[in-house]
Amino acid sequence: MPEILDLARNQVLERGVGLDEEGVLAVLRLPDEHISGALQLAHEVRMRWCGPEVEVEGIVSLKTGGCPEDCHFCSQSGLFTSPVRSVWLDIPSLVEAAKQTAATGATEFCIVAAVRGPDERLMKQMREGVAAIKAAVDIQVAASLGMLSQSQVDELVEMGVHRYNHNLETCRSYFANVVTTHTWEERWDTLRMVRDSGMEVCCGGILGLGESIEQRAEFAAQLAALDPHEVPLNFLNPRPGTPLGDRPVVDGKDALRAIAAFRLAMPRTILRYAGGREITLGDLGTRDGLLGGINAVIVGNYLTTLGRPAEEDLALLDDLKMPVKALSATL
Amino acid sequence: MSTWCERCGGSLAEGDHAACEAARRFEPPRFCPECRRRMKVQVLPAGWSASCVGHGSRRSPA
Ligand code: SF4
Ligand SMILES: [Zn+2]
Ligand SMILES: [Zn+2]
Repeated sequence: MPEILDLARNQVLERGVGLDEEGVLAVLRLPDEHISGALQLAHEVRMRWCGPEVEVEGIVSLKTGGCPEDCHFCSQSGLFTSPVRSVWLDIPSLVEAAKQTAATGATEFCIVAAVRGPDERLMKQMREGVAAIKAAVDIQVAASLGMLSQSQVDELVEMGVHRYNHNLETCRSYFANVVTTHTWEERWDTLRMVRDSGMEVCCGGILGLGESIEQRAEFAAQLAALDPHEVPLNFLNPRPGTPLGDRPVVDGKDALRAIAAFRLAMPRTILRYAGGREITLGDLGTRDGLLGGINAVIVGNYLTTLGRPAEEDLALLDDLKMPVKALSATL
Repeated sequence: MSTWCERCGGSLAEGDHAACEAARRFEPPRFCPECRRRMKVQVLPAGWSASCVGHGSRRSPA
């Protein structure tokens, strides 16, 4: 067994202390024949420190497209010639989406908007939308609305939004290669305010943006330092018309190395499979991930792209004897 | 009457759209197949809807 996996067994599995940047890098560099060993260990770590439950979430785009920011992977930026047009979801459709999500057994419903940060119109839509969902559906409401001011943070808490997503996207040293309209530190500021407010912090990113393996390890270490409640892990799905539209997808083996490495860096976090898993890992990838450290999934469709039918993921969880986390366990 | 590729907006009579067709498994349509306009597309957890100003709306198959 490679030295790093021995070390991880003692430190992460037995003591619950995540790997540091150097340790993560060693996992990311493991030769092919040790990937399954790393996944197996990551799975044991997840079972030991998180348990067998899987948190199921649905997401919906409240405001799609036309974003003034220039995140180079994003089809919703208004600065690229992406075919995604700007569109707003009305409140009845938002409530319907929450119902569809709850019907899968999901406990989390995340409302997302393609904006730099919320304006008054969006906050009003959130106030009305969250209230309408809470009146009609039994589900936890999360939000992802870009960078926030302190008063917006306070308002979201008041609305009953229990978790806020704001991805750092990539490591600090690579961020300016991917986004030029705001900084990593600006994102960090929002995350700090969210954490201080008592809302749960959801913060992850996208692999395959052109970052090096070392930068992937740097990113895992920076996330671990933030210690978010949840880390959504996306793999680049190159979108037509974006600056990263011609990038190759992440190699499947590298994706699996990353899943194991991120789990070994953060033994207690909710590590969620988010976008791009279907493209990077195919139909078998979901199973491999769930047996390699992942303990949460986004089911159904994403914001501008489609996912596997929710039933397929739920059948897989059943098959793996992994119970879906119940709402009572999240309250 | 499909004249235009729903994914890339190119002419179906020209070029190969096999990759577009394969990609559609995980993507909603983006261009109106009749007039090539970019459609307004809303993705929902269990489906999508797409509308063209000239040719109306449609939804994902149930
Ligand atoms: S801020 Fe969000 S919606 Fe806007 S371009 Fe960046 S990733 Fe896309
Ligand atoms: Zn095409
Ligand atoms: Zn049309």
